[in-house]
Amino acid sequence: MGIATMASAAALTLVALTAVACGDGGTSAGGPKELLYWASNQGTSLDHDRKVLEPELAKFTRKTGIKVKLEVIGWPDLLNRILAATTSGRGPDVLNIGNTWSASLQATGALLPFDDATLAKVGGRDRFLGPCLAATGAQGKPPAAVPIYGQAYGLYYNKKLFREAGIDRPPATWNELIETGKKLTKPGQWGLTLQAGQVTENAHHAAILGAQHGARFFDGEKPTLASDPAADAIKQYLDLMQVHKIVNPSNVEYTDTAKSLKDLADGKAAMFMNQASAGSFEAVGMKMDDLGVAPIPLPDQPPPGGRRVNSFVAGINLAVFKNTRNLDGALEFVKFMTSTEEQALLNKTYGSLPTVKDAYTDPAFQTEQVKVFQGVLSGTAEPMPQVPQESQFETLVGTAMKSMFADVASGRTVDAAQIKARLAQADQQLAAGS
Amino acid sequence: MTALLDQTPAARTAAAGGRPPRGRGRRIALPYLLLLPAVLLELLVHLVPMLVGLVMSFRKLTQFYIRNWSAAPHAGLDNYRVVLDFDSAVGRSLLHSFWVTIAFTAASVGTAWLFGTAAAVLMQRHFRGRGLLRAFFLVPYALPMYAAVITWAFMLQRDTGMVNALLGRDGPDAPFWLIGGNSFWSLVVVSVWRTWPFAFLIIMAGLQNVPRDLYEAAALDGAGWWRQFREVTQPLLRPVNQVLLLVLFLWTFNDFNTPYVLFGESAPREASLISIHIYQSSFVTWNFGLGSAMSVLLLLFLLLVTAGYLAVTSRRRHAHA
Repeated sequence: MGIATMASAAALTLVALTAVACGDGGTSAGGPKELLYWASNQGTSLDHDRKVLEPELAKFTRKTGIKVKLEVIGWPDLLNRILAATTSGRGPDVLNIGNTWSASLQATGALLPFDDATLAKVGGRDRFLGPCLAATGAQGKPPAAVPIYGQAYGLYYNKKLFREAGIDRPPATWNELIETGKKLTKPGQWGLTLQAGQVTENAHHAAILGAQHGARFFDGEKPTLASDPAADAIKQYLDLMQVHKIVNPSNVEYTDTAKSLKDLADGKAAMFMNQASAGSFEAVGMKMDDLGVAPIPLPDQPPPGGRRVNSFVAGINLAVFKNTRNLDGALEFVKFMTSTEEQALLNKTYGSLPTVKDAYTDPAFQTEQVKVFQGVLSGTAEPMPQVPQESQFETLVGTAMKSMFADVASGRTVDAAQIKARLAQADQQLAAGS
Repeated sequence: MTALLDQTPAARTAAAGGRPPRGRGRRIALPYLLLLPAVLLELLVHLVPMLVGLVMSFRKLTQFYIRNWSAAPHAGLDNYRVVLDFDSAVGRSLLHSFWVTIAFTAASVGTAWLFGTAAAVLMQRHFRGRGLLRAFFLVPYALPMYAAVITWAFMLQRDTGMVNALLGRDGPDAPFWLIGGNSFWSLVVVSVWRTWPFAFLIIMAGLQNVPRDLYEAAALDGAGWWRQFREVTQPLLRPVNQVLLLVLFLWTFNDFNTPYVLFGESAPREASLISIHIYQSSFVTWNFGLGSAMSVLLLLFLLLVTAGYLAVTSRRRHAHA
């Protein structure tokens, strides 16, 4: 073969390869007797998740003969991976999604709608906890997913530091939170730790405090971020660092949970508002006898129009990718993962809350700590806005708050008018994207 | 095949059936054919995505259409209008990022080039330990990018970072390095640290081509060290510098990794580089049409700068020739 022929052959092969790569139709990766499952990171590491899930998946295979290929995906990558799968049409059969993304992903059309007939195949609507099911997509549309792990916010506190300061109970109102925080702030120790550099975490607190002030971030699907109640809510949160000085300004560099968990465990901070995370506290060396949890304090006097909300309905949903080639198998898998037995087992391991009512009979969910979260989830939790632009809302508001925290930490003052101006800017950006 | 190669061209022609010699045509075609795989790959890896980006920039490609791109409505020039409307929040923040990026590029490229030149010239003469020092200087260039920049991020933290510890600054007055105005300079320092070894390497290679006797002649004529550098070293390094500065400019202006690893998804306003800004606009807010319009504008700007730079430098080269 001459060199020229070889070169053309190589070129042709390349073209052919390209054609193959582009010509594949949109399908999921699993075959008819196989499922690909994308799990989110619920445990202390991706490896921990694999160890927890693999025996359960084997159980499912023994029961149904369907093999499940597992891929655990970290939070920083999960949304981008789902977007890529949506764009290319090639993705998993079944996947975990953060429940706040439900309406956004629902709008892409990539997820199988759980209409009544589909819900019936996985055991019916009534098995699930009401608030959890409300966070599975836009109102009036069939859910885009079913809840698998329930979560809510609580106020974790270090009992040892409380004892040392002569405080015998956690704060019950926002003013008490500030007073308690001040008592617990001294050189080398802070009353409260915040993940002030974490975009989504900031947005969650804006939504929770916003509800207490009566803010509505969307009117239907139209963004209305820049309202007085919203600005007041964000100011209330920033003031923990700015005015009351019970939060270490260095917390603006906290972009993940680990540092706050560690501060509480090491006695560098006394309180931390977080989702149920007993397992993670244990992993960073917290003495578990010293760990207490209470509902996040509500305002002393709710402002007019304010709602009694101290958490959003957090958690993880389980969705089916519409392009699956094994719809029956996928639904069978959803049914398995939301069965009473698996719900009790998995939520116990991860320290989250079951999303089906029957699982609560398990003694593991009768402890004081779990009951606190359970009470919040069923009584004073509100879903994040279930609109297609929810994820953009979190990004824009959370980023604005991160940069306002940076201003506060650098010694600049952020007042309500400035907050409202930032929110108006986020509003414009959101509108430009719609 | 071996047998074929062993034959003389004439014998090969005879074996092919007595056709007239095609040697000349083949010689002309050969370079093109050899380049073909590279050209095709280039088309596939660079040009096709660029064209797709161009098409996307004229569409209203939001989350509602990513599943089926072709259904995304035509936006005409709407995306460009939004991006270039400097009275709106989107346009204003893009313009801000643009100026930050210009300042960052000027500071980073200028310093990296200065460091690279200084180190290369100082190490031109042989001395003990020169090889070791050269290898040492190249370490930042050899380190995996992510590991290196994340280490910087740790060092620059306010409470637990090494920088504040070394400066003896702790407590409530300790400065922040990853937020506020300092974040810009942190970014410049990390960027210079990463790129100057490349400048050093290239200039060092360029210096190998400067004949030693030129320095000796200059020295005999009474030229001092600075005069030698200006009259001998710099003119002979000009072609190398021209390419080096262009490459450093393009890399630094487009740098995504350094700010992304240092600051995460949302960079502080003072250090909001345009690449991160475009990423935020498209991936985080799921508006790929708008992000693409920004990318196309960035591409046009860089093409314009590159073309202008090449035109000016080649004219100067001709003038010198």
